[in-house]
Amino acid sequence: MKINVSHIAKLASLPLKENETKKYESQLSAILDYIEKLKEVKTENIEETSQTTGLENVTRNDVASPSLSQKDAMANAKSQTNGFFKVKAILEQ
Amino acid sequence: MKLSHLSIKQAKKGLKEKQFSSVDLLNSCFEEIKKRNTNLNVFLTLSEKEATEQAKKADKLIANRQDLPLLGIPIALKDLFSTKGIRTTAASKVLDDYIPPYDATVVKKLKNAGAVIVGKANCDAWAHGSSGENSDFGPTKNPWNEAYIPGGSSSGSAVSVTAGMALAATGTDTGGSIRLPASFTNTVGIKPTYGRVSRYGIIAMASSLDSIGHFTKTVEDSASLLNVTAGKDELDATTPPVEVLDYAKDLNKGVKGLKIGIPKEYFIEGLDKKIKEEIEKAIKFYEKEGAQIIDISLPNTEYAIATYYIIQPAEVSSNLARYDGIRFGNARETFGDEAKRRIMLGTFTLSVGYYDAYYKKAMRVRTLIKQDFDNAFEKVDAIIAPVSPTMPWKLGEKVNDPLKMYLSDVFAAPINLAGIPGLSVPIGFIDGLPVGMQILGPHFSESLLFRIGQHYEINHNWHERNPYGL
Repeated sequence: MKINVSHIAKLASLPLKENETKKYESQLSAILDYIEKLKEVKTENIEETSQTTGLENVTRNDVASPSLSQKDAMANAKSQTNGFFKVKAILEQ
Repeated sequence: MKLSHLSIKQAKKGLKEKQFSSVDLLNSCFEEIKKRNTNLNVFLTLSEKEATEQAKKADKLIANRQDLPLLGIPIALKDLFSTKGIRTTAASKVLDDYIPPYDATVVKKLKNAGAVIVGKANCDAWAHGSSGENSDFGPTKNPWNEAYIPGGSSSGSAVSVTAGMALAATGTDTGGSIRLPASFTNTVGIKPTYGRVSRYGIIAMASSLDSIGHFTKTVEDSASLLNVTAGKDELDATTPPVEVLDYAKDLNKGVKGLKIGIPKEYFIEGLDKKIKEEIEKAIKFYEKEGAQIIDISLPNTEYAIATYYIIQPAEVSSNLARYDGIRFGNARETFGDEAKRRIMLGTFTLSVGYYDAYYKKAMRVRTLIKQDFDNAFEKVDAIIAPVSPTMPWKLGEKVNDPLKMYLSDVFAAPINLAGIPGLSVPIGFIDGLPVGMQILGPHFSESLLFRIGQHYEINHNWHERNPYGL
């Protein structure tokens, strides 16, 4: 199985260096070849397991409780202005 | 014996009887840290100032005859556990300068129980790895032989305990990350049932698999630490409201009449012969002590790693999508090689056209793997198996072959897919390096696992050895 690394990296918003693409291509292909093993297993009529707790629809009472202050929540942002996260423009004028 | 090599139980007794203070105990840990941390690379951040304050506070409480389960006990935290005001990196350069504004639930519980937090332990970045070598801050060395890896991903946590830098350490186990390093360092490692311990505030790897546990010197310490960390948490919806029993209560009931299963798929070609011999010796011991040994089969074991390497990277790619470098941390190009591999692998198997063939298929095989264990536990009370097919390998040996690295979790990952608990207990040494076995049981059977582990430990006492003979 060959994997289009540049396309996948773009989907994952993962900037890659030029020399990395080839390395990942061969490493990821080797892993995917191994994973192909699962094709041997018969899984018709088998349900999917996405979690093992058996819990369903866990809810809590809709009551407000204290949370982080704006100052604490912003404390790790490298770029901010007037209590807002500052990001690069995504639309051009 | 050096204070920092005491078990929690011994230290608590010494503190109570005023043989030494919590500050003495902490100083003893910091002596070891200062002597060996530069070389072994165990801690990424030390919290000596905060720890000293906590220890002084503990000494005051002890003087007032107060008692708490971990009062005055120095503990290390894997650097995945958020600590308010103390740098938390997940051993990744992405979080190089991140200072959490809150404590993880487990950290809060440990502090409330009187624990003294020594520092943040090295690990594979984002817990991605089996050797500790994927840390963006360099690998941790195995103190039993520094040319070898200590196992990962909770590498620093395991070494902090065996090297006497802390009396216990927290870890996370998504596909063996507690049991493997425990086995490689002569420590006891518990991977509790999925959901038994809150994941809130612990940097997520794969959310349907992550289990929160710890390293200790003894089985009894492991049980008493789980007494503190286990339980339902309003902030983690995957913690079932199952009662927290006293995990230390049944420790000394022995193994007479217990049915212990030996899965043939874990004793295949590829399992190191010497490890096989050690495990067989342990099995014989249990038989002699009155347990009934029963051959069982877990037929889908050979598909576990393939299943795990679809489900886990898929969840990783989703969990690591939040690191945008805007609200906290650095930009996405800062991710190390292994994180990039897993993000891409997960993004691929979840992408249009491949989702059914990979992700859905894996979730179905996961059902079969879980059913294997359900069927086995109808016949037996617990299962004994090797933790790893090989002994610790040399630093650098597998770094250029990710698939080979992944396969070292072949006996560990099925347990996470099934969500059951596993306890790794030391069973001896091979060519100077430690080896452990894992004891597995049905969901929420931790008490039974501790009981089986304890019976082995008190009759063999491997835990009394440490790499420096201190």
